[in-house]
Amino acid sequence: MKYFLRRIVFYVITAWAAITINFFIPRMMDGDPVSSFINKNQGRISSEARESLYVLFGLDSGASLWEQYVDYWKMLFSGDLGLSIMLFPSTVSEVIAQALPWTIGLVGIATVISFLLGSFLGVVIGWRRGSWADGLLPITTFFSSVPYFWLGLVAIMLFSVTWSIFPSSGAYQPGLVPGWSWEFIGSVIQHGTLPAITIVLSSVAGWILGMRNMTVTVTSEDYVTVAQAKGLSERRVMFGYAARNAILPQVSGFALSLGFIVSGTLVMEKVFSYQGVGFTLLQAIGAHDYPLMQGIFLMITLSVLVANILADLAYVVLDPRTRQEG
Amino acid sequence: MTGIPVQMDHAQLDNGAEPLAPEVPKRRKGSPKKQKLLFLRNGKSFTGLAILGFFAILAVIGPWIAPYDPSAMSSDILQPPSGAHWLGTTHVGQDVFSQILVGTRGVMIVGFIAGIGATLLSILVGVSAGFLGGVSDELLSSLSNIFLVIPALPLIIIVAGQLPDAGGLTVALILAATSWAWGARILRAQTLSLRRRDFVEAARANGESTWRIVWFETLPNLTAIMASSFVGTVTFAILMQTTLAFIGVTSISDWNWGTILFWAEQQQALSRGAWWWFVPAGLCIAMLGMALTLINFGIDEFVNPRLRSTGASPRALRKRRISPRIGFTAVVREGAPASSGGSATTTSRPDGATRPGASPASTGATSSGTGTSATTTGGPGTPRPGTSHDDRDNDGTTTRKESVR
Amino acid sequence: MTVTDLSPAGAPTGTGKPVLEIRDLHVAYGYGPEPVRALRGVNLTLHEGEVLGIAGESGCGKSTLVYAATRLLPPPGLITGGEVLFHGGTGATGDEPVDILRMSDKELRRSRWQDTAIVFQGAMNSLNPVYRVGKQLTDAIAAHRPGMSRFDRNERAGELLSMVGIAKDRISAYPHQLSGGMRQRVMIAMALALEPKVLIMDEPTTALDVVMQRQIVEQIIELRDRLGFSVVFITHDVSLLIEVADRIAIMYAGEIVEQASASDVYRRPRHPYTHGLLNSFPPLHGPKRPLVGIPGSPPDLQALPSGCPFRPRCAHVMDACAEVHPALGPTSLGLPGVGEPGRSVACLLHEGQGELPAELRV
Repeated sequence: MKYFLRRIVFYVITAWAAITINFFIPRMMDGDPVSSFINKNQGRISSEARESLYVLFGLDSGASLWEQYVDYWKMLFSGDLGLSIMLFPSTVSEVIAQALPWTIGLVGIATVISFLLGSFLGVVIGWRRGSWADGLLPITTFFSSVPYFWLGLVAIMLFSVTWSIFPSSGAYQPGLVPGWSWEFIGSVIQHGTLPAITIVLSSVAGWILGMRNMTVTVTSEDYVTVAQAKGLSERRVMFGYAARNAILPQVSGFALSLGFIVSGTLVMEKVFSYQGVGFTLLQAIGAHDYPLMQGIFLMITLSVLVANILADLAYVVLDPRTRQEG
Repeated sequence: MTGIPVQMDHAQLDNGAEPLAPEVPKRRKGSPKKQKLLFLRNGKSFTGLAILGFFAILAVIGPWIAPYDPSAMSSDILQPPSGAHWLGTTHVGQDVFSQILVGTRGVMIVGFIAGIGATLLSILVGVSAGFLGGVSDELLSSLSNIFLVIPALPLIIIVAGQLPDAGGLTVALILAATSWAWGARILRAQTLSLRRRDFVEAARANGESTWRIVWFETLPNLTAIMASSFVGTVTFAILMQTTLAFIGVTSISDWNWGTILFWAEQQQALSRGAWWWFVPAGLCIAMLGMALTLINFGIDEFVNPRLRSTGASPRALRKRRISPRIGFTAVVREGAPASSGGSATTTSRPDGATRPGASPASTGATSSGTGTSATTTGGPGTPRPGTSHDDRDNDGTTTRKESVR
Repeated sequence: MTVTDLSPAGAPTGTGKPVLEIRDLHVAYGYGPEPVRALRGVNLTLHEGEVLGIAGESGCGKSTLVYAATRLLPPPGLITGGEVLFHGGTGATGDEPVDILRMSDKELRRSRWQDTAIVFQGAMNSLNPVYRVGKQLTDAIAAHRPGMSRFDRNERAGELLSMVGIAKDRISAYPHQLSGGMRQRVMIAMALALEPKVLIMDEPTTALDVVMQRQIVEQIIELRDRLGFSVVFITHDVSLLIEVADRIAIMYAGEIVEQASASDVYRRPRHPYTHGLLNSFPPLHGPKRPLVGIPGSPPDLQALPSGCPFRPRCAHVMDACAEVHPALGPTSLGLPGVGEPGRSVACLLHEGQGELPAELRV
């Protein structure tokens, strides 16, 4: 219980911090593009929309900072994140709602695959030391030292330009109507494979290494020897006793590294022109679309927070020691 | 960007449970040199240091030995590698090789400054949190957790985007300010576990002031972890800054491996098939990253002795048919079956103390349970190889006394 | 301290068929060119129904001995010679003993826990922290008795727990929810799950308080009487062994230096080391005598002295001790050439060299 409370408090505080940081960012920035945008599109912006933009960017110097802050929170709770300059007249919320599923799909699936694959390989390598599997380590380490985006570039060069196996950009074939048709889904998969493989290749080494080290540490614990002494099968000892314990720090490590993972994949979207939030964010930066930037940043942070919560839950399920005090 | 040393952080979440920090051997005050040499002898860390050294040298002399000014344009547009341009040219005829050489300095400097900055911050926050405990600990931990969860890159992009003339130093500082949290967590966990160790308690009981305890007792034991955290942060900083340059957020007037890639991407190097433009830069980043990772491996193995190889290379083990496994101890029977005369280990004293009821098949002269020697009477004729191999007579003396009773 | 006779009255030592024979076992640590030789030719026999105690200082090789004999020695342990014969095991056909060191992995796995079970030192760490206690009891059963239904397995687990005095509902507890003493008892219950012929206990009471110690020891003896298995009891506490064991083997520097029945070891030691050990703890009865330990420090296995390893610390050392390594053999008392029945000692004093001091000829 105490554990839960602490975590919940932490999440609430972090969410609050993220939102507050988000509040302050535009106020540190150059507010001009927003004002000029508003002025240029005087007639086409509804007064509510104009109000929200003022609140977001502190352009209404009539209200005090605290009042602006409160208004900001009210806006958020109503789901209003302002208007996108770049993609006017769509609201920021609309833009994000369209782009977010792509990112979550690509990043989410690729990261989970990478984690599971890496952990599995890590157990195998760590269990039998000195086997051929040890040779995997230098290879995967090399791949993880390479920046994501470069790997993406090389992948495109090899598999799109030189050998046209995969398409080099986009989330799906342009012109196809999004829907649940086989054609569409097939196209999605085809477009998503190369980025996903790149992400997996790049990040799997970290998981392999972490799991391997933990497996090595855990194998020297007494209970593994006891399991062997009981005459249990190799598989059961390796997975049921060693891996099951070694994965615990991995899960908490996973939760913590989500922030970094997301960072990396943002750039991946640029390389592949994959229409997720990362791609959109980078475009927004280029276009000085502050509302959109702000909204996406907030969304990313909250998503990472949610993923953290899920990982924490997983940890509690896996480790019975957390379920009770003392 | 998983240059993050995932393998280092085994600290559990702060749920009050004992953090699973790696067991750092207490540094013996008398033998720092010996330990340093042990670290160097590790093949991985040595290779890593060598590569790092190479790049460091390059960073220093790069601009001097570069054959061309990296920004100088020429008429050799988009040439593949040749004698004149070792790594080809860009879309305006700039020499890629020179760009890489000159770019090394920027990368290394920013990387190391960011690393130092972040490490200092993480030490400050992490060790204090671990040491002070209580409310301060909670506050500092929350602070580092917040910084961990908030994704770094978008934040940096937004901040750096506001500073259009962000030079190398600015970028380094921004990176330092956003990447200290990982190291702080690890250091906090380690400090917590050290604080409860006996030698700190002893120092406290002796009346040593807190400051002295931190400085002289705790910090030396944290050096390995700090080193590893530093290396990890440098790796991260290098990847980050090249990414930032690639996106175009940082200043493009300073040459940087990432800048090369920025231009390459802008000018569609991919579809033009100008592989020489972007492949070398990426490889350099990868090599530097690998070097740092290798060093980290070395530190890892140094800190956690269980990760070290067990004193014999895998090939040697395979030759002797030893496979080290938990739960199935290796059995080897080496040593020549010896019937050598002089050092022939003799029988034990013929043993009237043979257990009554012992099965006849197994005794003979093998005084089961009592004799500790090879048999030369009855039973299997040859002395067991194991025993003659076993000799305490490294000193050359006879080990068993021949006695007949 | 009285020798309370926990073993069944009059159990003669050394009778009964042998069930485990360790012959000439050599064990080293390290895979490199210069391994440390931890055990140098150890011979030991365990008989049916007997409680064999192995005592000695830390590092003398007692744990190494049993772990090597069951091939559970962790790396960099290496068995370099000898054989370990088990009589009447699961793989055996007829009366032929089987060499554990020569078994294949599959055979070894099959024979484990059914023939020989070990209660490890330090139950703190011997239980898997993420599994319930019941599951850890039943998975051993499931691995060897595939035919048993889950219900039966759980029944059996419950039985085992009550056998060691733990409430059956604790079957769904996690290890961290149990106290140290309970964990130790769970380990014992786990070891008896398949009713093995040999139960090896590695310092089962070292981490426990004296009251718990007593309870556990009594429990073991009671179970032994009921189920009839043999016990190998390892400890550094000789006084405990004297109460519990039928026979005691004293180890020093990787070899056995004396073997005898428990009361013989206690009342009539024949080796200077044994004598020193006994004088290292105070008796509760009898006249006060000065507590004399054993001078010197435990031997460094990488740099053993020539000849007898106990030489540097022995009060009766002679010149010959530096040159000849004494082998385990009959004592010099009793019938000439045969020695006293049922005991052996490794000391040159019993080989006609020098004068056997008074305290060793009691």
